[in-house]
Amino acid sequence: MTDAALAFHRRIDTALADAGLRRALTLTTGRLASGRTGAFGGLADAEASRQEARLARASAVARLDSYLDRFASAAAARGSTVHWAETAADARRIITGIANDRGIRLAVKSKSMATEEVELNEALEHAGVRVVETDLGEFVVQLGGDRPSHIITPIIHLTRQDVAALFREKLGAAPEEVADIPAMTALARRVLRAEFLRAGMGISGVNLAVAETGSICVVTNEGNGRLTTTLPRVHVALLGLERIVPTAADLASVLTVLARSATGQASSVYTNVITGPRRRGGGRGGPETGDPDGPDELHIVILDNGRSRLLGTPLSEILYCVRCGACLNVCPVYRLIGGHAYGGVYPGPVGSVVMPGLHGVEGWSELAHASSLCGACRDACPVKIDLPHLLLAVRREAAARQLAPLWIRAAMPVYAAVVTRPWLYRCVGRAAARLARVVQHEGWIRRLPGPLGAWTASRDFPIPAARSFVEEHQARKAAAR
Amino acid sequence: MTPRPARVQFFATCLVDQFFPAAGHAAVEVLERCGIEVHVPPDQTCCGQPAFNAGFAEDAAAMARATIDALSRSTEPVVVPSGSCADMIINHYPELLAGDAAYGPKAKALAARTYELSQFLVDVLGVDLPAATAGPSLAYHASCHGLRGLGLREQPRRLLRAVAGDRVADLPDAETCCGFGGLFAIKMGPVSSAMLESKLDAIERSGADVVVATDVSCLMHIGGGLHRRGSRVRARHIAEVLAGPNHD
Repeated sequence: MTDAALAFHRRIDTALADAGLRRALTLTTGRLASGRTGAFGGLADAEASRQEARLARASAVARLDSYLDRFASAAAARGSTVHWAETAADARRIITGIANDRGIRLAVKSKSMATEEVELNEALEHAGVRVVETDLGEFVVQLGGDRPSHIITPIIHLTRQDVAALFREKLGAAPEEVADIPAMTALARRVLRAEFLRAGMGISGVNLAVAETGSICVVTNEGNGRLTTTLPRVHVALLGLERIVPTAADLASVLTVLARSATGQASSVYTNVITGPRRRGGGRGGPETGDPDGPDELHIVILDNGRSRLLGTPLSEILYCVRCGACLNVCPVYRLIGGHAYGGVYPGPVGSVVMPGLHGVEGWSELAHASSLCGACRDACPVKIDLPHLLLAVRREAAARQLAPLWIRAAMPVYAAVVTRPWLYRCVGRAAARLARVVQHEGWIRRLPGPLGAWTASRDFPIPAARSFVEEHQARKAAAR
Repeated sequence: MTPRPARVQFFATCLVDQFFPAAGHAAVEVLERCGIEVHVPPDQTCCGQPAFNAGFAEDAAAMARATIDALSRSTEPVVVPSGSCADMIINHYPELLAGDAAYGPKAKALAARTYELSQFLVDVLGVDLPAATAGPSLAYHASCHGLRGLGLREQPRRLLRAVAGDRVADLPDAETCCGFGGLFAIKMGPVSSAMLESKLDAIERSGADVVVATDVSCLMHIGGGLHRRGSRVRARHIAEVLAGPNHD
């Protein structure tokens, strides 16, 4: 097993031993998953809505280069500045450059997994720009020096009491300020409101970008996204290059399933569609081109960081993903181990494809084995990504590169040789049945050797039958004749 | 609906063949009681799913070709007492062998005439089973690949309601994976065990005497866990329940 795989197994063991984590995960994933089911129940034809959203995403990914060009020129025409970042380092350089060139010392951020992916906060702090997370969950993550453990609910691993203790320690909160969730939210709001007013830069992610209009869509539930994207002088939006839809109608199709899948809401509380920075109206373009609200500058940084390499590969379907987190909430493995155990920015079934996809199977393929292939993720996905199929594609790639454990690599050709020779299969079956009769205890095997011991650590193993079904069936037929 | 065939081929699956022959004999008995002649191709072995799921596509393809050969000596429908192995043949063989000029078309043809047992009984035969008067209470666990790969939601439940009526107990989270997943149970032993614990807790809470599923793979996992716990609950394949107490 590789070092990365061993580290993954150690993190899993740590997570499984954490009873508090288990309780927190069970509660919140259960609530989110049943919320999703309920919200889809409110649609006239949920299956048709998913299909429509999938088509919107699939058509964009199928011709991504041309839609990206169309988006970039439409955005530029509306006054946005478009940057292309091939790598995470490029994105960090571009964004710190924008801040430093303008003498900006404070940036507020709304929630963005892409900025987590490129480790933007560290880069900005290093460049002398203080960064304040304004999504309540991310604010808590930042206060605690923690990492988000879920795409949508970053502090799913914490309890209310954990957050109260953190607020008392880091913010010097009085007992009444952490008495309940509304009090804690009010405290966070007081702290954050001051930062919003001082910040020179607002940084957001992008849920979806519309090619035909050059618009970016940012959905939030707390209103912090709207403040982040309108109040500071400069707005920087980091856009994963696959998050394009061709038209505004396609945007509507995806939004129909996005909030339902993420939080069980028919729509998010704030759906912001931003088309360029503030513009003076009434000029030669006519009054309709004016937009007096918003920042002076809007910079859209389009991030590749390995995404374009997936085009045309067996993993390309993962580019349809809109990061709703539904696959995490229904995954029986995620529900037990939580996001941190996966070790990457994106956890759960989607992360187990995205991480090896973006960063290579060498360090990340073991994630794809953390699935029983039960298919709950595929059924929950709002754009119907066949996640088990993609997990299998990662496993194939890993097997082809000899990354599977030695015992599996050794056993596989033997297994195939036996199964493809019925006479040998019968012989091995009879031998195994005889052997099992020696080691059995009341018809069960209580301890298996080597790696197979992982089974008998918690379960008994049945012994093979003295006579196989096929042999017994033939004997019965012969006797009846 | 597919026309009612007079004869079917029975693909037992390696686990039924080697570990749970009673489930196979029960399935044959149920089919024969429905007036179907059952042929058991003698050179059948394993469908190759463990290799396929481990990412060893070449090995899986070799096993798929062997299984296709064993089941293509006639064009009669194939009945499989396992949603997972049926799903492998129906949904994965055609894709696995898509680039194989000789076996690609055979894989498609086999997929088109392969059925999981409860699916065959309900969707093809439309069977009416005689209701049993007394017996143990049952909890139905929905095995993942049958449920999500083949859409087996109502068929097994309908059959169980027919033979057991209100003796079918409600199993909470019946559609949550038991944590078997083939090699997953070994490779990810601790996670798999934790998933199993939740399933066993739910089964014991249901108050049922017997947990029933369409797949002996899940039942091997659940049954092994119940036995380790010293539980009184037994694990049985749906064919054994349908065949009734007198089959062997």
